[in-house]
Formats: sequence, structure tokens, C-alpha cells
Amino acid sequence: MSTPTLSPADKPTSLSHLAGNVEQPTFSEAVQGYISKVRGGDMGSLPAISALVVLSLVFFALRPEKFITNVNVANLFQQGAVVMLMAMGLVFVLLLGEIDLSAGFASGVCGTVLALALTRYGWPWYLAVAASLLTGVVIGLMLGLLVAKVGIPSFVATLAAFLAFQGVVLLMIGNGGNISITDKVILALENNNVPPTLGWVLAVVGVGAYAFSGLWNWSQRRKRGLLAQPIQLVVLKIVVLAIVVFVAVYELNMERGPRPDLKSIKGVPIVVPFIILIALLLGFVLTRTAFGRHIYAVGGNAEATRRAGIRVSWVRIACFMICSTMAATAGIFAVSRANSVDPNQGGSNVLLYAVGAAVIGGTSLFGGKGRIIDAIIGGTVIAVIDNGMGLLGYSAGIKYVVTGLVLAGAAAVDALSRRRARATGRG
Amino acid sequence: MRTPAHGAPDLAPPPSLEVRGGRKNFGAVHALRGVDLVARAGEVTALVGDNGAGKSTLIKCIAGIYPFDAGEVFFQGEPAHISDPAKASEMGIEVVYQDLALCDNLDIVHNMFLGRELKKGIRLDEAKMETRAAEVLASLSVRTVRSIRQHVASLSGGQRQTVAIARAVLWNSKVVILDEPTAALGVAQTEQVLQLVRRLADAGLAVVLVSHNMNDVFEVADVINVLYLGQTAAQVRAAESSRAEVIELITSGSSSNAPAVPVAAVNVPAADAPTTDANGSTLA
Repeated sequence: MSTPTLSPADKPTSLSHLAGNVEQPTFSEAVQGYISKVRGGDMGSLPAISALVVLSLVFFALRPEKFITNVNVANLFQQGAVVMLMAMGLVFVLLLGEIDLSAGFASGVCGTVLALALTRYGWPWYLAVAASLLTGVVIGLMLGLLVAKVGIPSFVATLAAFLAFQGVVLLMIGNGGNISITDKVILALENNNVPPTLGWVLAVVGVGAYAFSGLWNWSQRRKRGLLAQPIQLVVLKIVVLAIVVFVAVYELNMERGPRPDLKSIKGVPIVVPFIILIALLLGFVLTRTAFGRHIYAVGGNAEATRRAGIRVSWVRIACFMICSTMAATAGIFAVSRANSVDPNQGGSNVLLYAVGAAVIGGTSLFGGKGRIIDAIIGGTVIAVIDNGMGLLGYSAGIKYVVTGLVLAGAAAVDALSRRRARATGRG
Repeated sequence: MRTPAHGAPDLAPPPSLEVRGGRKNFGAVHALRGVDLVARAGEVTALVGDNGAGKSTLIKCIAGIYPFDAGEVFFQGEPAHISDPAKASEMGIEVVYQDLALCDNLDIVHNMFLGRELKKGIRLDEAKMETRAAEVLASLSVRTVRSIRQHVASLSGGQRQTVAIARAVLWNSKVVILDEPTAALGVAQTEQVLQLVRRLADAGLAVVLVSHNMNDVFEVADVINVLYLGQTAAQVRAAESSRAEVIELITSGSSSNAPAVPVAAVNVPAADAPTTDANGSTLA
């Protein structure tokens, strides 16, 4: 400890409110603090959540018998999974202030690797999945080296990769080709559900773990005299989460097959626990480890990070590797959902939806600001638009236009809140 | 007069940091053409010079951001090779840059511990870092910061400077180099930062203060090192020198009435400075 070497005479008698006896905020102070934070331009996921609520209400009002049914809600998750998984990876790259335009076709390449391994080479599913993920790791390493070591702007490097991977998928599958998947495990990812009992167990364990860690952290921080959220807020969060989770599990555990006598369909879709698990893992990396802290630092001020002795290029490469590996994961789910791969695997709007999801959720395109949950919230918004407008019978053209408008809106919120944040000195 | 690296029976302890004959070229540009600097514990050594004299290059070389092309560095009397910023901080050399080198999107605690986070297993030990950061700020008598968890972007210039300095002394630093810490500050904040600089030296650190401002220099410095066109013109004691003399050194590289060989006799003419010697390491 270096502190004792600093002249003891200067040591103030009390450590002031910086150390030790902090004044803990009350519940209303915490709420006011949040409001002033939002007013100051730090809106986080608020615009996305408002959009989600508004859109849901509109679609519910227009199609009450269809939009909020358990069939459709289950559908939403399965539709949104690919975009959300890819968006979670993109958050890492966006946090650096970079972009990965190749993630879509990278997921196509990895999905094709999976399909070829399963069919042409007859590998068991776990080896095929490993090969697919490994392909993602290698792609990410390559992109990361191009950006961090060669120094190509990520926009150009990944644009080149976008074009090249499109060709790779075509070469692997052949023009007009199509590979069907029959592996049960892979197909189950997007098409099967968790047995209802297991669903309840997972829900209770999950909420319990959240409640325990929230309360434990709170008591630890209080004990050490550090600033902590008011207990009411901690409990409120736990209660809200519990209600949402239990209602969702209850609804999804209801029978929703069109012909229950022939084939019973009930339970939480398998993608849901998968996405939550991956989000928790990535969220842990971002917020609880030194590596995650360094990612934010690089996005905030790369030169400062370098001067702090952090190997910035290594952080960049690692982020591109995570992004491409998540793209591979998304590719596996996409294959599972489509039951097959074709030369346009990972093409069309998948990548743009994923970037859109992260940005709509509140991740900044300017780097340094973003969370994993953004990918899930933004992905839900996009899935809701896609799904709801489909139910209303609008054409694909209108869906794209609306999604584009929402993305433009989200990017505008990002840019404007930055300006506002600078004006109010928040950043 | 040049003391050998390994303990000549000098009564005084070896300087915390000594640079002899430091040279640095950027292509055809000779940024440093023979720099000698001595910084002792408990003293503020001001590093002055006109624009382009090589002050920033010198501190970047000491910080390990660029290697010296030639010359020697001694750290607490031992020859040292500073290969990168991590090595410099490991040795106990901390630099507070003019552009502050803080990340606006991180809070005070995270900035203070950037690159040297305290961990519990693979997790960050937030509670410990927060406590330590608060202790250091309190020991520096910093009480102007509202919350230690606020983002650095929301701080004033003086507060940011304080955070940057607090970060530098968070570890067992021996040498703290401050690059123009008061350049962008108002009068009151300048005074605060200068007091902080003085306190660092009084606490036993060797402080190198890069400055353009003669008022600042004569207010806090014990020793003044003048750079002129990439060379050390002189290193003089502030108490035995005058503003006019220092300004003359800055503008012309020599002084009409200064003693020919000042303080530590470190300013051996650069042209003769050997790039290596019997016990020194070569920094090439």
C-alpha cells in the first residue's frame, strides 16, 4: 500500500464521504437519480423498452387473438434467437468502436461447416458443432489480425470478408445446392421445448440465484460501507423478474399444439435457456472481469488504455474472435431453424438485423457504451416488428421499411444522447 | 564527477531516476540529441524548455512508450532498460500525461485501476478497489469529488488532473512525471494541483514536473532542468537561480551568468556522451 507513505500529517481526520461512511441513497433519491441520468442523456435501454411496449400494445390492439398467444410468444423467441446471438457478439466489436459486417456470412460459413460435417462426413453432432465454432474462432482471429495488426479499418476489412465468405458458402454448397439436416440434437435447438417440469425448476433456480446474488452483493457493500442501491430497489427488481419469469413459464407450459391429440407442444423453447446462459456468461466477461473492463477502456480512449500498459491490439483481436464465435453459434441455430443450409445462408438481412438489434438496445456505434442485455432487448424489438407486421398481413417490403425506421430512430437517439451527455458533462 | 552506477561512497542516496546522454530520432528528426536528467526523491524537478525542445519525447521515452535510441537510464542507481509502459510502471515510474489519458466512459475507480485491476480469482474485486481509491484520494486531501463512482467525463479539469495524479501514486511509485498538469486549469485549480505536486514530493516521491509556466516552476520546483533543441542546457537549483536566467537558458540554450557546471554536473556535452560504458547498459 502506497497510501501510508503519503505524509500522515495531511491525512484528514475523517475520510470524508469518499470512503467508509457514505450516505446511502433512499429509494426516492435513487429514482430521482435515474430520472436525472436519463435527462442527462444516458438513456440505456429505455427507448428500446418503450418501443417494445408501444409496439406490443399496437399489435395486441390490432390482432388481440393472435399476437399475445403462447404459440406466437414461443415463435418470437425462436425467430429472434439467431439475431440475438449474433448481436451479443457484435456488442463486443461495437464496444471497441469497430464494426463486423462479415458476421452474417461468417455464420453462414460456420453453419455450412456444421451441415457438411454432419452429412457429407457423418460426424457426430458434438464434433460438428466443435468444428463449426472453431471455424468461427479462426475467422475472428483473421479479422482481428487484419484490423489490429495490419491496421485496416474494420469497416473495410470486414466488408472484404463479407464478400469473400459469401463466395465461400457458395463454393462449399454449390450453386443452387441445398443440404438438409436430420441430426436430432441440432434440430432440437430451435424446434423443441424444455419439458414443463424442468422449465419450472430452471425458472425457480434462476430467479433464486438472481435474488441471492442481488441481496448478497447489497449486504456486502453495506457491510464495507460502500455506496449501495436502496434495498427497496433491489427487492423490486427481484419481484419484477420473478413475476415476468413465472408468468412466461406458466404460459409457455400450456398446450399450444394445433392438434394436441396427435402431437403435444408445450414448454419453454430450448433457445430461451440457451440465450440466457450465453448472455450471463458474456455479461460476466464484460462487467466482472479485467478483460471486460479493458474492452470498455479501449472503446473510451484507446491511447489511454495503451499507456496504462494494456495490450490494446490483443483486446481487439479477442473481441473479433468472440464476435465471430457468436456468429458461428448463431449460424448453428439458423441451420437448426431452417433444417437445411443453402447458398444464401447468413445472407439477406441477418447481419443488419443483428447490428440493428444491438444499436436499438442501446449499444453505441461510437464505442465504449453497451451491454449484452442490449442485444436481447433490441433483438426482441426486431422480432416483434417482424412477427407483428407479419400477423397484420403486411408485405416484407413494409416490414423492412419499418425496421429501418426503428433503427434510424435508435441511432438518432444514440447520437443525440451523446450530444446531450456532452452538454451536461456526462460523456 | 559522474557517479558510477554501483554505489560510489556518496553520502546522498542515488537519484531515483537518472538519464544520461538520452537520444531519440524520428527518421531524420533528432528529437533528443543528448539529454541528462536527475530526479531525486523528495524533490520536485521541473523540466522546462520551449515548444519542440523535446520535453514530451523525453518523458515518453522514460515511460517506455518509445525506446531511447542511445543513452543510459539509471533507476535508483541501477542501470535500467524501460522497454514498454508496463515495465515502467512495474519499476515505479508513473506518468501523468497532458491529455490526461483517462477513459471518459469509466468511473474514477476504474480509471485509477486501469491495467492493474485488483482481482478475486478471475473476478474484479470492486469493493477493494473502491476502498483503496477512496483512501488514496483522502490521503491526497481530495474532497472535491462527489462520488467515486461517477464517470470521469463529468469531472472538472482540476478534478480530472487529480484523478490522474491519484492513479499515479496508487502504487508504490518512486517517480511521478507530470506533463503540464496546470496547462488547462484556472487559477484556483492550478493552486490546488500545485499543492498536490508539493505534497507528493514531501511524501518522498521524486516528482518531475514538465511546465511552460515560470510561476508554477518557481512556486514548487527544487531543481530546474532546461532543455534546448533536444539537449540539456542546464540543471540548476531553483533557489540559486532566477527567472531571467532560466528564461535565457530556455531561449538561447546558455546563460551569461549561470555557473558553468550546475547542480549534479549531469550536463556533459551531448556530443561526447558515450552510448555505453563499463557497467552501463546500452539502450539502443
